[in-house]
Amino acid sequence: MIELKKINDYTWEIPKHGDMNVPSIVYASSKLLESIKGDLTLKQAKNMACLRGIQKAAYVMPDAHQGYGFPIGGIAAFDLEEGIISPGGVGYDINCGVRLLKTEYFEKDVRNRIQALLDGMFREVPAGVGKGGITRLSRKALHEVCAKGAEWAVAKGYGMKEDLQRTEENGRIISADPSYLSSRAVERGIPQLGTLGAGNHFLEIQKVTEIYESQTAKVFGIHSEGQILVMIHCGSRGLGHQVASDYIRLMENRYGTKNLPDRQLINAPIRSELGQQYYKTMSAAVNFAFANRQMIAHLVREVFAGVMGSSKGMDQVYDVCHNVAKFEKHVINGEEKEVCIHRKGATRSFGPGREEIPEVYRIVGQPVIIPGSMGTSSYILAGTSEAEKMSFASTAHGAGRIISRREALRRFRGEKIKNDLEEKGILLKSVSWKGVAEEASQAYKDVNEVVRVSHQAGIGRLIVRVAPVGVIKG
Amino acid sequence: MFFKVQKYKFLSHTGDVKFQAFGRTLEEAFSNAALATISLMWDNKKIKKRIKYRLEKQGRDLKQLLVVFLEEILFLMDSQMFLLHSAQKVRIEKKENQYLLKAFFLGDRYSDKYETFGGVKAITYNEMRVECNSHFMVQVVVDV
Repeated sequence: MIELKKINDYTWEIPKHGDMNVPSIVYASSKLLESIKGDLTLKQAKNMACLRGIQKAAYVMPDAHQGYGFPIGGIAAFDLEEGIISPGGVGYDINCGVRLLKTEYFEKDVRNRIQALLDGMFREVPAGVGKGGITRLSRKALHEVCAKGAEWAVAKGYGMKEDLQRTEENGRIISADPSYLSSRAVERGIPQLGTLGAGNHFLEIQKVTEIYESQTAKVFGIHSEGQILVMIHCGSRGLGHQVASDYIRLMENRYGTKNLPDRQLINAPIRSELGQQYYKTMSAAVNFAFANRQMIAHLVREVFAGVMGSSKGMDQVYDVCHNVAKFEKHVINGEEKEVCIHRKGATRSFGPGREEIPEVYRIVGQPVIIPGSMGTSSYILAGTSEAEKMSFASTAHGAGRIISRREALRRFRGEKIKNDLEEKGILLKSVSWKGVAEEASQAYKDVNEVVRVSHQAGIGRLIVRVAPVGVIKG
Repeated sequence: MFFKVQKYKFLSHTGDVKFQAFGRTLEEAFSNAALATISLMWDNKKIKKRIKYRLEKQGRDLKQLLVVFLEEILFLMDSQMFLLHSAQKVRIEKKENQYLLKAFFLGDRYSDKYETFGGVKAITYNEMRVECNSHFMVQVVVDV
């Protein structure tokens, strides 16, 4: 049993003990804490705190659940000299993330065309297991995608230059070196650019249901209740999964697996050759994911243009990473210091003034996009200066699972979920009924509670709530 | 009556999927782990045995060998749109400091006639076990 000390209503601490180098801080309400305690999340949080060179604290977000190595919703920053970098601290789906497009359409405009929009997106954006993408790249082209990210896609005519400014890292992380990609990673990537994938990945047409801070919402391009938005949730596909698997193996073979509390925590010193190589290869996968979401955004706009007559005003609000390691400057013990931050199932939450965020958002803080589960609300928050002090500028990334996929399959039926959603005015299109049942909203935590806690704790500011009107499940 | 060993069973895991696969031999347990993995994505009995891949894998220990073996299913699925029916003639031997695995993968290329669902992203080491008591058992958590 891991002992937790209550700091305040939304903050709990695992005090430093045993092999821990720092304490672990959990941001949760007592309600969320109950589900966090129900699996191995806290043990994994403690394991994170034992890693070499970790700074300040190992942080756990309100939506956290058990992962492998790090928990999902785990954040750790490492000293650049003493510290480590860990593929298990990023996750297999490198730069799994969310992109949000606004439209100038309203619910009344799209109400009778949701099915047509879903049919169009389902046709244009391949989803599910075993299917190829819209292009088949050469190896050379794939390397270019991984070097240039969303920039590559825009140069090829997928989307607009303005999209790049409104993407984390401007859609291209410059540390990428695709020459380190294994041929297996390349081969998995070639057929998959422009595909959604499966599991929890989705495309959603949403309507704004509540605006909490109208000034900030306006800056994000969201001005009215009933306004239609489109959310895209996917990642780096098989290419990213292979990069993670490759480097876990390379690090095992180099450093062995002894002295690890969990084999999945395998890591390399940041300054080592292997650590640097992982960072550059991971960055290549980050760029692949940016390009992937860029292409999907373009396809979504084309479908809107076809069905609605125009895609005018479909500007990108933002695109955020949920699984990534990055070098960022943070204040530690009163001094600014560059650290290697791992966010695994968490969103960056930079507040006003940070130079990393687009100029248009610098007065209000970056948009933080938090998708809910199937059929539930999603939220747009703004980053805060408090988050920079409290969690290395990180906040939640979604609802977070509470019951397993197998259990969801036993309890729920895809057909029934579709009918129930339809009664609520939400249309659903999916590759398989099983996939729908596994992603039933009852399998997830209450996203409303997750964002409420983020807001109350101060690691994100509530700006807008949205509800789905049409969903495509991978 | 001939005693039939359970091939695999699933256990509870919040975020991902955990299973145990069994066998009278280590090779059989590995084969059944492959069946458990693909059962998360398609019904293997519906996949035609039209394409054959020959596999040779090595690992520094049995856990790594199991990871690279199962990972091959995902690699062939993503890169070749290959849907596995089953792993055949699995052979495992120890040579010096390495474990070697040889096997054949039988299956077919994806087409619209096949129904797929879910999606396995990766094979993890999380809670992995390779054990031999009265029979062999391997435990795997896959990232989905």
